[in-house]
Amino acid sequence: MLAMNYRGPRRVRVDQKPYPEIKHPEDAIVRVTRSCICGSDLHLYNGNVPDTRVGSTFGHEFVGIIEEVGPAVDKVKVGDHVLVPFNVACGKCVFCQQGLYGNCHESNAQATAVGGIFGYSHTAGGYDGGQAEYVRVPYANFGPTVIPPDMDPDDAVLLTDVFPTGYQAAEMGGIQPGDTVVIFGAGPVGIMAAKSSWLFGAGRVIVIDEVNYRLEFVRDYAQCEVFNFREMDDPVVFIKKLTDWIGADVCIDAVGAEARGNVLQTITGRKTLLQAGSATVLHWAINSVRKGGTVSVVGVYGPTDNLVPIGNVVNKGITIRANQTAVKRHLPKLIDHIQSGRVSPKAIITHRVPLEEIADAYHIFSEKLDNCIKTVLIPPSARV
Amino acid sequence: MENLAAKYTHIPGWGIDADPKNDPTYPLKHHTDSEHDGYNWERPAQQSQDVEVLQSIERPSLPAVFGTTVAPQGLSGQLRRFAFKYSESHYGHWLPLLLADRVNMVEGLVDDLKQGHIPNIFAEKGWKAEWKHNPLGLVQKVATTALVTWAVVAFFSRKKDKA
Ligand SMILES: NC(=O)c1ccc[n+]([C@@H]2O[C@H](COP(=O)([O-])OP(=O)(O)OC[C@H]3O[C@@H](n4cnc5c(N)ncnc54)[C@H](O)[C@@H]3O)[C@@H](O)[C@H]2O)c1
Ligand SMILES: [Zn+2]
Ligand SMILES: [Zn+2]
Repeated sequence: MLAMNYRGPRRVRVDQKPYPEIKHPEDAIVRVTRSCICGSDLHLYNGNVPDTRVGSTFGHEFVGIIEEVGPAVDKVKVGDHVLVPFNVACGKCVFCQQGLYGNCHESNAQATAVGGIFGYSHTAGGYDGGQAEYVRVPYANFGPTVIPPDMDPDDAVLLTDVFPTGYQAAEMGGIQPGDTVVIFGAGPVGIMAAKSSWLFGAGRVIVIDEVNYRLEFVRDYAQCEVFNFREMDDPVVFIKKLTDWIGADVCIDAVGAEARGNVLQTITGRKTLLQAGSATVLHWAINSVRKGGTVSVVGVYGPTDNLVPIGNVVNKGITIRANQTAVKRHLPKLIDHIQSGRVSPKAIITHRVPLEEIADAYHIFSEKLDNCIKTVLIPPSARV
Repeated sequence: MENLAAKYTHIPGWGIDADPKNDPTYPLKHHTDSEHDGYNWERPAQQSQDVEVLQSIERPSLPAVFGTTVAPQGLSGQLRRFAFKYSESHYGHWLPLLLADRVNMVEGLVDDLKQGHIPNIFAEKGWKAEWKHNPLGLVQKVATTALVTWAVVAFFSRKKDKA
């Protein structure tokens, strides 16, 4: 079968790989019909996540048809078209029982801090991902969810990560009616966070990025205010001015380790990896939220240290909330938001690319060429 | 709570201000308090191990299910095994892993050549897309690389002349 093959930083291609095997009674094999490239994949693509082995297949956002199931699978059956949450979660461990599906303790041998994630390095469990024709899906009784018959698979594939993550970013902000929410990042996650902030009753939604076509898109899509940080002397002062010199009630980090905009952070966090990614957005968020405000972090950082102004977290009494999204917890609500027409996630898809052209697709998404926001890869077996 | 209180009668005022609503993780987490019972849930069936899987020393055993792609091999594999002697809170864990990733990239090139495949690095880096959507950027990149290479070569050949 065809699968993406990582060869080293910023080098990927498609190769023939063996068809995946059932390794556990609760496994299923899924034939992928669509998979996405995510901002999270860029951390891997840039070679910034430790234990990303050459020969791995990325891809944690995919939908597909169940081809084969292990003997203990009874919640889905061969032929079902399912969306697969990006978390590999057992549903039984103490953390899954508490709804923390992004923190499962039965899916990752290599690290305890993070649960298993499809196609996301050995630090996240060493699973091959969905940027392929077929993929092994463990815990098939728990994760995969049958796509409702009236739902477009393009909407469904955005329910595997991006919409739930934007939604959880807003939820973790603890937004109260009337609150001013500032979102850093106008990528797919920031866009969905902006849209979701209104659902929680935000009074003002402000999005900050440096890429104008993304800012223009989110301004129209999520009816929010947008600003380009390249046009500000100091983003923190800018936000203070914008909020009557009080600061935002809630700041959301939807950028993570790849953040630009600060030379020192870029050199230490992105070029030399002396810290686990650039902490520019954490600085801006902590310093521009009001005293007693909340900073919600969904941007992903590496596992070591970051230069973060923790002193001001103390001085200002800030609450920081963060997690890998517990995708499955949000599905019932978000499916309803889509079916009722309140939110149309598929509107953010700008590129549909054959799986074979994956190298160009990564390059375009990473360099933000051709007004790219979200890329969907279509395997050859799903194109007939 | 009542059961717990019985356990702490020797501590004056134990739990008197406990407030279940003061939970910053809500609604992320449904409280079950079962974490207080430790590693004690009804575990899923255990996947049998057929390839080498490195295991964090912060856990007592393999999880019920694990990934089996790309087992550690060669020099990068040695470095990875070494890294797993240290916990996730240690540079001794992460730095060897990053080093292993770079070594692994070279091993990948060698493997390709061994299999008679000359990797098309320009294609793998997506330069075709760069040429299509950002030709000026590509020209600039190539020119800068050429200039830097020329400067480095010139610098070192000058040194040689002197010596
Ligand atoms: N926690 C989770 O479960 C989870 C899930 C999915 C994605 N993520 C993370 O969310 C982040 C965003 O994902 P995405 O798919 O939208 O990525 P993306 O790369 O498409 O978007 C990131 C955006 O941030 C912008 N940006 C860079 N520096 C900035 C700065 N200093 N201030 C404001 N904007 C800046 C970029 O121009 C870009 O538009 C990534 O870190 C990703 O790993 C987390
Ligand atoms: Zn993702
Ligand atoms: Zn679990």
